[in-house]
Amino acid sequence: MILKAAPALAIAVLIGPILCGLGVTILPAFGYFPALGGNEFSLDPWRQLFATPGLLRSCLISLATGLVTTLLALAVVAGFVAGWSHTRMFRAIQHLVSPLLSVPHAAAAFGLAFLFMPSGWLVRLFSPWPSGFERPPDWLIIHDPLGIAMMAGLFAKELPFLMLVTLAAMPQANPRPGSMIATGLGYGRTAGFLFAVWPSIYPQIRLAVFAVIAYASSVVDVALILGPTNPAPLAVRLVSWMNDPDLTVRFKASAGAVLQLGITATCLLIWVAGEKLFSIIFARIRSSGRRFDKDQAVRIGFSVLMIATAGAVFAGLFILALWSFSGFWPFPKAFPDELTFNTWQRQLPGIGQPLTTTILVGIAATIFALALALGCLEREARTGRTGGNRALALIYIPLIVPQASFVFGLQLFFLSVGLHASLYALILVHLVFVLPYVFLSLSDPWRAWDTRYAQAARTLGASRNSVFWQIRAPMLLRPILVASAVGFAVSIGQYLPTLLVGAGRWPTITTEAVALASSGDRRVIGVYAFIQMLLPFIGFAAATLVPALLFMRRRDMRAGS
Amino acid sequence: MTRKDESLRLQKVTIQLVGRTLIEIDREIQPGDVLTVMGSSGSGKSTLLAFIAGFLDPVFEASGRITLAGTDITGKPPEHRRVGLLFQDPLLFPHMSVGQNLLFAVRAGDRDDRNGKVQEALEQAGLAEFHDRDPATLSGGQKARAALMRVMLSEPHALLLDEPFSRLDADRRSRIREFVFAEARRRQLPVLLVTHDSEDAEQAGGPVFHLD
Amino acid sequence: MLRWIYSGLLTAVIFAVAGTFSPQSAFTEDLSDWKAVEQKAKGQTVYFNAWGGAQNINDYIAWVADELDKRHDITVVHVKLDDTANAVATVVAEKAAGTDEGGSIDLIWINGENFASMKRQNLLLSPGWAEKLPNWKYVDHESKPTIQTDFTIPVEGLESPWGMAKMVFFHDTARGIEMPDSFAQLVEWTKEHNGRFSYPAPPDFIGSSFLKQALSESVADPSVLLEPVDEATFSEVTAPLFDQLDAMHPNLWRGGRTFPKNKEALRRMLADNEIDIAFAFSPAEASNAIANKELPDSVRSFVFSGGTLGNTHFVAIPYNASASHGALVLANFLLSPEAQLRKQDPVIWGDPTVLAMEKLHADKRASFEALDLGIATLGPADLGPTLHEPHASWMTRIEEEWIRRYGVAN
Repeated sequence: MILKAAPALAIAVLIGPILCGLGVTILPAFGYFPALGGNEFSLDPWRQLFATPGLLRSCLISLATGLVTTLLALAVVAGFVAGWSHTRMFRAIQHLVSPLLSVPHAAAAFGLAFLFMPSGWLVRLFSPWPSGFERPPDWLIIHDPLGIAMMAGLFAKELPFLMLVTLAAMPQANPRPGSMIATGLGYGRTAGFLFAVWPSIYPQIRLAVFAVIAYASSVVDVALILGPTNPAPLAVRLVSWMNDPDLTVRFKASAGAVLQLGITATCLLIWVAGEKLFSIIFARIRSSGRRFDKDQAVRIGFSVLMIATAGAVFAGLFILALWSFSGFWPFPKAFPDELTFNTWQRQLPGIGQPLTTTILVGIAATIFALALALGCLEREARTGRTGGNRALALIYIPLIVPQASFVFGLQLFFLSVGLHASLYALILVHLVFVLPYVFLSLSDPWRAWDTRYAQAARTLGASRNSVFWQIRAPMLLRPILVASAVGFAVSIGQYLPTLLVGAGRWPTITTEAVALASSGDRRVIGVYAFIQMLLPFIGFAAATLVPALLFMRRRDMRAGS
Repeated sequence: MTRKDESLRLQKVTIQLVGRTLIEIDREIQPGDVLTVMGSSGSGKSTLLAFIAGFLDPVFEASGRITLAGTDITGKPPEHRRVGLLFQDPLLFPHMSVGQNLLFAVRAGDRDDRNGKVQEALEQAGLAEFHDRDPATLSGGQKARAALMRVMLSEPHALLLDEPFSRLDADRRSRIREFVFAEARRRQLPVLLVTHDSEDAEQAGGPVFHLD
Repeated sequence: MLRWIYSGLLTAVIFAVAGTFSPQSAFTEDLSDWKAVEQKAKGQTVYFNAWGGAQNINDYIAWVADELDKRHDITVVHVKLDDTANAVATVVAEKAAGTDEGGSIDLIWINGENFASMKRQNLLLSPGWAEKLPNWKYVDHESKPTIQTDFTIPVEGLESPWGMAKMVFFHDTARGIEMPDSFAQLVEWTKEHNGRFSYPAPPDFIGSSFLKQALSESVADPSVLLEPVDEATFSEVTAPLFDQLDAMHPNLWRGGRTFPKNKEALRRMLADNEIDIAFAFSPAEASNAIANKELPDSVRSFVFSGGTLGNTHFVAIPYNASASHGALVLANFLLSPEAQLRKQDPVIWGDPTVLAMEKLHADKRASFEALDLGIATLGPADLGPTLHEPHASWMTRIEEEWIRRYGVAN
């Protein structure tokens, strides 16, 4: 009975809040919102919006960020996978890059900023010798007008995501024979893989690529930390309009939210057109007969890019941690004068509440998401209906509709149903974003499970329920826990929904960290970003350790088997 | 424990896939007898077993009735059919010990009683010392024997064998085969064996039904 | 599912419409019976929405929360804001949804534009209550005119003063650089010290304040600034300001192509030796930063001899506060000599008090006089003259004009 409702409930969770939010956003965008004095429909909000200085530039930055970062990250992943799959190097880099997925965007962005800014650690390392800088060079590196720093920050986080999605798609594409045949025909390793195998990988990761485009074109937290400031990308300006004390700006903000939806849609359309163009060019090159067999330099290039990206993020995180323990640390010193616990001691009393909220909301959203995902998957197993591509597209909706376009409307909606600033509303809005990731990371291992185990158990007299609880769930404990860790990490990373729906009543480590970005005190930021990074790490560590301990004496339950 | 005069009857069983008939069979298997169904891969022999055990994929259309131990089991859920099924692989649950695997099959009841049955079955299979072992550490033959004892502990009224020896090497295969048939005879179970190996059929000794 | 969404949307719209027609509930509490107010406040939870970007201030509010719990059995929750506008936005959203009672905010740390906006929208607890608080008797409203006129807007008791602010500059004396003494000198200074000055981008509070300082110094007739902006003369009045900004920007940090976000970023840039001058609106800022090891101990404060901007910051109660009695008790406690003394202590916060020394008991006055303001803090005598805040409309127009001219990189 409950199981029967799981798919409907999951769909309601996935798209209900989005539809509500969009609905309540669109009305004021066209001037209608009586509470704010808008009693009739008009195009005034749009006129105001288009009269905003620098709007075009903001839109172009958003558009470019969405496309450029995704293209670069995808190209590097494709090149690297093509050049190195099934090598020891590949496994090593895969292990290096995977943990990056769990690092929240804000923490990674802070780390990169601390590393690369003109007064950052890299310049300090080379100053005053050999650079000759006694004071930080006047370089416009972070917050640069073109958004290059922001794009680099997003690139560093999208790379591991696309890498893992590609890895998950690899077995289905069965890359080994195809690429071996191609290399046998004299094609270079990279070209052979791209020609023979990539075309069957890409369709599987396409929705994930769309999600990356949508995220990058509407990001707020990374943009606040690394992005251009005059003007800022559209989503950042949107949030500031939504918070403007002048109420009439709300109408413009709503119109802006609809525009953001349009920008993201435009990004996706351009991408889809680009796919067509690319496949034509790609087919030309493929049928040209050229073998591209001297690809050593290209292969090394891709691996260096992967290592450098992962290395930069790790170095950034290390610098964050170092700042959190530092006393006065003037430029150009590469290391602080003294290490102290002062900052931690001062911050810890204030961290308790946001930390509790973060963990509570994260765990609650993860448990609900897990229950829904397991319910859907079990229902699918029992009925044999998978829901197919349409269901998959539904799962991706929360990842593709930009948050900035509907969360404000959602805030108004929650307010009107009396759920404003409640923990329930916060958990629900986190669930919207946690569920897709939990479902996506759980569905493959769940479906790959050998159902003959279930048949064996059934013929031994076990009911469906006892098969689920005693056989399938325990056998899939590791993927279940990994999916939970993924969900927990996603919840921790949520900035905009927490800020708006929580209405400040439920600060989390992430909202506190981003709020502190304006404080400029790197030691305090270090503390918060360090905790923000640590939480998902603990989740993943638990997901690895618990099954390992539980099944210490069960060889076939170990990872990789 | 034995049930004489209780046969497995397949009455006018036909299984179709999008209008094409895959299987047509009307047979009765007496307790202690073995019916061997032979056919090349893709001939639908496993589909027949799935139908009898209650796992037929809804893409197939099936008609006819299955009666076992005097009752019609055609519409019953698999766990109420009392049909024991052995697969190509032993499929011991990897998260349980050998003993826990066997205990899973024993019907509810007094705890000591259930544990006693498990220990007895392990001894019969020559696995008396293996109660707490990780199934992954067993040899192929040991796994096959454990899997058989697990089926037997669920007190089935019939035994279905889905090429259960095909993954074993020749020497072991013949010994395990003998062990299975002996157990089935001792318990007077009707046995349906599906295979493409004529040696299996020979050793089973019963009638052979050819699909194709 | 769809029906659920539709009914939800409908509810939202109905609530929104209802919000516009619901009567404004007037606040009728008799504050002269303070004991009764305290009695009603017992056991309440007060959500105090206050900017949470500085640790020392957060610590101070945590102390206030402890005291309120001990003395009045009131729980104070500090809702840390990134931007006070967010709290205003919340009240707006609540009004939109018809939440005229049981709102989520009980007290807001506020002044200037945000106050003007809330007052204009009738979002504040009214009629005025601040001057009826028991501790109002200590407040120095006579010689501190900004206590009753917040950015030229009459306060009318709709917000209660909490602290004084004045623009001060600071620099690292160890670098041995001569400092300017006026906005005009600062423009010249940037020519010699290329890339060594910047200010936060408006509409950041400190950035906008810097513009107002520059406007006040460059305008021909300062009295026009006390009146709302006259569009007819706006460009004429502001021409000298923008001419000087035009001249100065290419010589700023990063060539004026980007600006720091706020005063904290400015302070960090001074510490990193990216710039030579930082400024803030709190005289104790530099001493605090030194104590906190954010700045070297060779940093000192200075002001322009012609005067710098000054204002007052307040706390206000939204019209729909859930715990208005608790909020009143909290606002009154914030005015107590004890809380104000602690607030002025540079080790704790360092914000100048709103109280009049001569109205205090002798022992309290002595405690204030005994405070060591810190090595980098200018004493009251050295803070120089105070320039009045222009009418709030100036800030809005100047911000708009600034964003139009410089807010969009070319």
